[in-house]
Amino acid sequence: MKLLAQFLGASAVLLALSGTSHAQQARPVEIRLGMSTFMTGAASVLGAPAKAAADMWIEDFNAAGGIDGVKLKPTWIDEGQGADKFLSDYRRLAQEPGEKVMISAISSGYCNALAPVAEDLKVVNILWECSTEKVLEDRRYKYVFRTGPNGTMEMVAAVLQLLRTKPDFKTIAVVNQDYAWGRDSWEVFRNTLLALKPDVKIVAELFPKFGAPDFSTEVTRLQALRPDVVLSTAWGGDLDTFLRQASQRGLLKNSQFILPLADSSLERLGDAIPPGVIVGFVGDGYFADPEYANDPETRAFVQKFKQRTGAYPNFAVYHMIQALKATTGAYKHFLADNGGKWPSAEQLATTLRGSEYRGLSRPIRMREDGQALQGQLLGITRKDPSQAFPLVGQLTFYPADIVAAPVGQKSVEWVKSLKPDLVQNAQIKRVGN
Amino acid sequence: MDLNLILLASVDGVSYASLLFLISLGLTLICGVFGVINVAHGSLYAFGGYSAATLLAWLTPHTSSTPVMILALFVAAAVVGGALGMLLERGLLRFFQDRDPILQLLVTFAAFMVLEDLQRMIWGSTPVSAGDLAGRMGTVELGGVTFMNYQLLFVPGVALAAYAGLQFLLRHSLAGRQIVTVIHNREVATALGINAARVGTLTFALAGALGALGGALSVPMTSFVPGLGAEMIVTSFAVIATAGLGQITGALIAALLIGLSRAMVVYVLPELEVVMPYLMMVAVLLVRPHGLFSVTAARRI
Repeated sequence: MKLLAQFLGASAVLLALSGTSHAQQARPVEIRLGMSTFMTGAASVLGAPAKAAADMWIEDFNAAGGIDGVKLKPTWIDEGQGADKFLSDYRRLAQEPGEKVMISAISSGYCNALAPVAEDLKVVNILWECSTEKVLEDRRYKYVFRTGPNGTMEMVAAVLQLLRTKPDFKTIAVVNQDYAWGRDSWEVFRNTLLALKPDVKIVAELFPKFGAPDFSTEVTRLQALRPDVVLSTAWGGDLDTFLRQASQRGLLKNSQFILPLADSSLERLGDAIPPGVIVGFVGDGYFADPEYANDPETRAFVQKFKQRTGAYPNFAVYHMIQALKATTGAYKHFLADNGGKWPSAEQLATTLRGSEYRGLSRPIRMREDGQALQGQLLGITRKDPSQAFPLVGQLTFYPADIVAAPVGQKSVEWVKSLKPDLVQNAQIKRVGN
Repeated sequence: MDLNLILLASVDGVSYASLLFLISLGLTLICGVFGVINVAHGSLYAFGGYSAATLLAWLTPHTSSTPVMILALFVAAAVVGGALGMLLERGLLRFFQDRDPILQLLVTFAAFMVLEDLQRMIWGSTPVSAGDLAGRMGTVELGGVTFMNYQLLFVPGVALAAYAGLQFLLRHSLAGRQIVTVIHNREVATALGINAARVGTLTFALAGALGALGGALSVPMTSFVPGLGAEMIVTSFAVIATAGLGQITGALIAALLIGLSRAMVVYVLPELEVVMPYLMMVAVLLVRPHGLFSVTAARRI
């Protein structure tokens, strides 16, 4: 009996000790960032600039002293190498000893797969680019966050922009890439549109293969159908090819195009995009946004990025910077609030949950379900003598509160409950003149 | 589906089939001579497109003449495709000549991956395209729908010319007849005094140029991104499997079949567009396991 009591006492002491060591997290030498992006394959169109931006930002951040002296050390995983290899690399990095945060991934498929892994391993993971709303709606996570917008916000804002720009159209056709994002984004867009304008007729739903080299048949079919509006949520090379072929054959003259992800293609397409096309920014980062173009931090970043890569930042770049700033911001915030004490992964997650941060544009608020509330910027292309490619004017900002499904609700069901007066919501505001 | 739509779909089908045919042609030629599926052919397609785009971008400030630009497409394809094809044969496949065909396949796959990385090193991951060349040739109205002359007339014309030229070369020129002999039986051909090694290099150069031409012709219409080569090689493999390995006329028919069926299905059942080439392939192979145009092979002892 005495032996048992001694044993219990000893265990209690040990437990208490381990408890204090848990609370007294030692300050690490460096923070390892497990970062993933597409470096190969078609999606490297988004991945490569984002990686360049991250490397550049981290370099500057470390040079300026890091987080109270602790530097960031990124390790990159290529998402282009296939799901098995990606997940094993991910697990390996997430299980390495030492202080680490995962900033992963672009692919919605990978995000769905890695979220439960990060939760199990109790590692903070930032879903930095993938847009699928499902990952955070299907399950509640403690360690998984998305620091950018989700597909629902992007699509609802796009429908609002369309209805405000061209309220009286009758027919619409869609040309989306045949994979998760192309399908899911159309589901949200369609349900939102039908809720806000029930008399619209959907005349064609085309899903050409991801990475298709030729869209002539789709263009021909659209020319024969003559829909009032053509929607495409494609991005990268696919969007470039589709738009070039559509524009060469005059399709853009006959139909109003709405391209919520075209921000990343404008610079390459030049004259292939005529004035009058609705374009979105997948968030609100735009180098020519009149409210932020002269913000010192944003301007310096855009200039440096342009110098280094030869291009203006696209939405993936803005999302990457948001992810990095949200993470480092949460560390700094915790350190400041706790007298320089270093946070555990759990404390970091708690700090992130209620945090407010800024990427390179308007402030963003992290919601309790790990989804960031970031407003959406959309506008209409116009020619501008200052650039060889179209700029976007008549910018409209849609605050996240009116385009995001509330916590605990599934997006597809929520958008069905939207009412037509949302189009005239007073919180929607014009940016610039 | 009315007659007008069938006409429209055929036009798209033919233009897609033309590109597919040009790429399959090189693939099937190598398959005939070496008995190996050259996976690296996909990279030749990509290199053809990228280098044509680079050449056009360089030319644009100097000239605005459309014929010069068209010529540039052919020159880029012939030089880059021919040289790379030769290099592949001389520098790599020659050393695996009499090895297991599976090993040869893996070697070409390795070459494909190396070339793919090389291409990323040179041209990066940003989509590359050759701007306005296709637009310069004008458009034509057909059944209320605008088509580009480039796509409607020029590309199919080049494909047909390549087909006719290759047939002529194989039947009536000395080098061509040597190729045919080597395809038929390498050993006998060597015994007859044909330099099989030289024929091999020649075939690879020709096939490389044809693959690169496919790329060069598509760069004014499409955007080249990393991974496009793999995309094309898979579809053109469906073409040559449908046609029967090493069959040139077969490749033409099979490319048309796949191109047309793909275009039609976009009107009727768009969901099936992606799998259409493979459905056609399976349908043909179920009836004729060696492809549409396979010939009875002589039994060798």
